[in-house]
Formats: sequence, C-alpha cells, structure tokens
Amino acid sequence: MLVKLAWKNVWRNKKRTLIVAASVMFAVVLAILMRSAQLGSYAYMIDSATHLQTGYLQVQHRDYRENRSLEKSYVPPVGLKDTLTQMTGVSAVAPRLETFALVSHDSVTRAVGIQGIDPAAEDAMTRLSKWLVKGSFLEKGDSSLIMGAGLAKKLNVTVGDSVVLYGMGYHGQTAAAILNVRGLLELPLPQLNNSAVLMSLSRVQYIYMAPGRVTALVMMLDHPDEMARIKTELARHVPAPLTVIDWQEMMPELKQYIQIDNASGLIMLAILYMVIAFGVFGTVMMMTAEREREFGILNALGMKKTRLMAVSAVESVMVSFIGALAGLALGIPLALYYVEHPIRLSGDLAAAYETLGIEPVMSFSARPDMFGAQALVVFVIAVFCALYPLFFIRRMRASTAIRH
Amino acid sequence: MALIDVRHITKTYNSTAVPVHALRDVNVHFEKKEFTAIVGPSGSGKTTLLNILGGLDAPTSGEVLIGGQNITGMKESALVEFRLRHIGFVFQAYNLIPVLTAIENVEFIMLLQGVGKKERHERARTLLADVGLADRLDSRPSQLSGGQQQRVAVARALASRPRFVLADEPTANLDSESTTSLLDMMEEMNAKYEMTFIFSTHDARVIERAHRVITLEDGRFQEDKQ
Repeated sequence: MLVKLAWKNVWRNKKRTLIVAASVMFAVVLAILMRSAQLGSYAYMIDSATHLQTGYLQVQHRDYRENRSLEKSYVPPVGLKDTLTQMTGVSAVAPRLETFALVSHDSVTRAVGIQGIDPAAEDAMTRLSKWLVKGSFLEKGDSSLIMGAGLAKKLNVTVGDSVVLYGMGYHGQTAAAILNVRGLLELPLPQLNNSAVLMSLSRVQYIYMAPGRVTALVMMLDHPDEMARIKTELARHVPAPLTVIDWQEMMPELKQYIQIDNASGLIMLAILYMVIAFGVFGTVMMMTAEREREFGILNALGMKKTRLMAVSAVESVMVSFIGALAGLALGIPLALYYVEHPIRLSGDLAAAYETLGIEPVMSFSARPDMFGAQALVVFVIAVFCALYPLFFIRRMRASTAIRH
Repeated sequence: MALIDVRHITKTYNSTAVPVHALRDVNVHFEKKEFTAIVGPSGSGKTTLLNILGGLDAPTSGEVLIGGQNITGMKESALVEFRLRHIGFVFQAYNLIPVLTAIENVEFIMLLQGVGKKERHERARTLLADVGLADRLDSRPSQLSGGQQQRVAVARALASRPRFVLADEPTANLDSESTTSLLDMMEEMNAKYEMTFIFSTHDARVIERAHRVITLEDGRFQEDKQ
C-alpha cells in the first residue's frame, strides 16, 4: 500500500507532477540532442578525414612523418599486405606512394601533392570516384592522371589536356613526364581540391624511379572503436624500421579540436543539468512546504520517519522516471531523424571544419549507450534534487508540522 | 493504576523573546473508559496538554505515565511506535489522506502496525459500519461531508485498537447536526469498545455531553468536574 500511496500522491497534483516530469523530459531531450550532435560530429569528422586523407591506420617508415620524402618510402615485405588484409577488423588495405611535384600547363605552374594509388583498392576504401565531376576515374596501370577541379581551374586544364610533371625522384634523380588529364574531382576540402593529383601507383613508381616502393599501406577498419586493439596487434606483424601509426598521430590538430570541443560541450551539458536541478529542486521545495502538515499528521499517527521518507523517495523516483522515460521516447526519434538528415553547415563554422580537412556537415550519433547515459544522468540529478523532502522529514517535529 | 498519570507537567516555550508558560505544574490522571473534555480559553494550554499526552511534544519538566510506562524520556522512534500501538488521534481538520478512500484511510494505520490484509480489511469495514459509513467505503475524503470525514477519522483512530483516543477540537469545523451525530457515535464507541476519549474543546455541546470536564486557564489546572 505504501507504493500505491506514493503512486497516488504522484498524481494528486497532476500539474505539479507534469511540470517536474516535463522538466526532466526536456532535460533528457536536450542532453540527448547536444551529446548526439557532439558525438555524431566527432564520428563524422574522423570518418570524413580518414576516408579523404589518412585512413585509420597506416604502416609507414618510422621516420616518414618527420621527413616526408621518398627516401623514407619502403618496399613492403612479402606477405605484409596479405597479413594486414586478413586481420580481423581491417576492412580494406591500399598502398600509396605520396610525393610532391611541379605541374605545368602553358605558362602556369603549380606545386602539387602526388598520390600514387591502386585505383580499385583506393576507391573501395575512400570512395574517391564519387567526387568525379568530369572524365573518368583511374584504372590499374593507367598512364594518365586525375586532379582536383580547383587545381585544374588554376592550371586552366580540362579532361584531355596534357600537363608536364617535374619532381625529384628516389635518390634525388629527376622525375619528369607529360601526362594526360583523365578526370576531374570536385573534392570537398579546398586544400585538397586545389592541390591534389592522383595517378596509378605503378605510374608514380615508374616516373619517380621507385619500383615497388610505397610511403604507406593505408587501412580502414570495420569498427573504429577497435583501433587501439588492432594497432597493437598489427605492430607485432610489422618489422622495423616500419611502424603502425593511427589517425590521431597523423592528424593531431583534429584530435585536439575534438578534445577541446568535447570539453566545452560537457560544460554546456553541466550548465543544462544545473538549470534543471534548480527547477526540480524549486518545485520539490514548494511541494514539501505544501505537504508539511500531512507529513506531521502521518508521523503523529504512527508512521515512522523512515517510512515517510521511503514513500517520499519512491514518489521522487516515480516522477523522475516518468520524465526520463518520456525524454527517451522523444529524444531518441529526434536524434534518429537527425542521423538520417544531417545539418549542412555554412559560414564561419563551415570554414572551421574545412580548415580541419572535414566536410562541413553536422552529423548526429545514435549510440545506444549515449541515450542511456544521458537519461540516467538527468534521472539521477532529478532524484537527487527530489530527495529534499527526506531532509525535511528528518528534521520535522510532528507537533509543529500539524499546526501548518 | 490510572490509564494516564500526568505528574507535575510544565511546558515553557523559549523560542520567543519572552518565554511562554503553556503549562504550569499540571497534575491529572485519566481512567479507562472516560469521556473527558479539556476546556479553557484560547492559550490556556489545552492543545499543549493533548500533545504531551500523545507524545507529540515533550514537557519541560514532569512526567507522563501511560499504563505505568513513562513516555517522557522516550526516543522519538520509540514514541512513534508507542503512538501507533497505544494512542488514537482525531484532528480538528480531519486530516485524512486525500488520495486514499475511506476504507484505505482506516486500513492505513493497521498496515503500519503490520496487520494482515484480510484482517485489516474486515476491521476497517466493521469500524466504518459502526460509524455509519458502510455505504461510503470507497469514497475519497473530497467526496465526503465534513461530518462524514470526521467519522472516518474516528474509525481510523479506533482501527489501531489504542488504549485511548485524543481528539483536538473534533467538532470545531462541524455544523450542529454533524456535531450531535458525531458525539452520539463517539459515545457509542466509548460504550461499545470501552474506549477512553479525551477532547480539547470550546464547544458547549461537547462539554454538555462529556462525563468529565477539566478546565485549564493560563496553563494551570483550574477545575475537574465529574
């Protein structure tokens, strides 16, 4: 009957109960949306940056990060690529030979980044061909090149034109070639779009006199959360002087941005929690004052304070639970909607994203643990605030309370 | 041995700038089956005495023995248990639990006592029938008149099978007809269950029906009329 009494008490003042439950509900919804936007954006940033640039993991020469020259390229040991491909959790492996060159057309010359790729493997991994706006994508052994549309504009070239490539090959030899433009990519990142040239791996190895050499074996993962485990496991298969590095080491500025943004997001969440806590606390204080006489009467009749407190606590839990449940019922579909319909950013925020090499899109996360965690945190805060009557009852004197 | 023995009770409230002497050396005892009214003007100490008899308040000095047991020095939790087992209360404003029905209100005290579901339901039905509310068992307090609510309150007070019932101005909020009806019912309960009733009241109609009238004035015992 005590639980029944608590339940009936919850509904004796419907408006008050609904106000408290609605406060909790909106807190859960806001917390879910805020956190979903944050986690979703981070996941998207990482996904976008790894797909367009680095992959999740790379096998590089241990000095390549400090000295990005062909001197730090390597010939992959026999069987290494197969070992990586067969490793559980690794979804794709693609070799790359990256270097620099001057590319000229007529009187215009630009410094560009050259990527020698395995067209099929790279496209399967990075979905590069989806950015193709003119011409066709590379094929294996292709002797032509594709480039960013921004770079093509600067060089004033289009599909079918020829460009002259001039660079420094392996061991300082001259690397030069005349190459046809086969396709143009409208890459989402201005930095890449204005400087990227892609060629087949074998062609770059030939021009740069680096047969069989790569600067990296790039890997994508089935589940990015498993990166640390896979990295450790991979390290056992990679002989010196090669090493396995992850996207956080390759893009430290992105990692730092996420850390800072996450911290500020948590501060915003804490402010939201505090606002809700004060709201719930105020309502509970008012409710307690209204019921002082009733608490006194029950105590006078012989209801021990511990039982009174238990009934009051059960009431608080019930109201907070209703609010948290309603918050989940509203928050989850909203978050799922935004997962399916991400928000495209514009203005300064978009520019900030592009600076980091990320497509300017605000994505949302639908991680189940995030929903549960937010509902639980708000629920606990609400219950904690709603425990005020317990302290009130503990200090109450029945003879005084029944006169109110 | 007296049912209730009040010995040299003094109560002084020191919370105000000038101490208020609510009771000054009151000595009185109550026997089983009494139907007693405590009367006196406002501020005479009636409610304070009732609170001390019910263990809701502690005297500044003196002691109260109920069935020979001194309740004056009891710990709060023990006093709550004592009230639950031995004392019934009826309040001026009825103070039923608004979300419970009449029968649930009466059962509630027995629930606190640990009485089994079947027994407490039977006892509650019988008591509500005794107070003339057999047909209002499932009514909420808000669906009952003031007089009916006070009848439920009396049934609730009797439900715990207490040694005595304390009623603080039980007719103050009732009209004349309801007052008469309530007093008839309480006298009947007094006779049927040999229950001791102690009232505080201003009401002449209650004083007329009381078997014993104790008068207080300025916290002092003035008169004890049988």
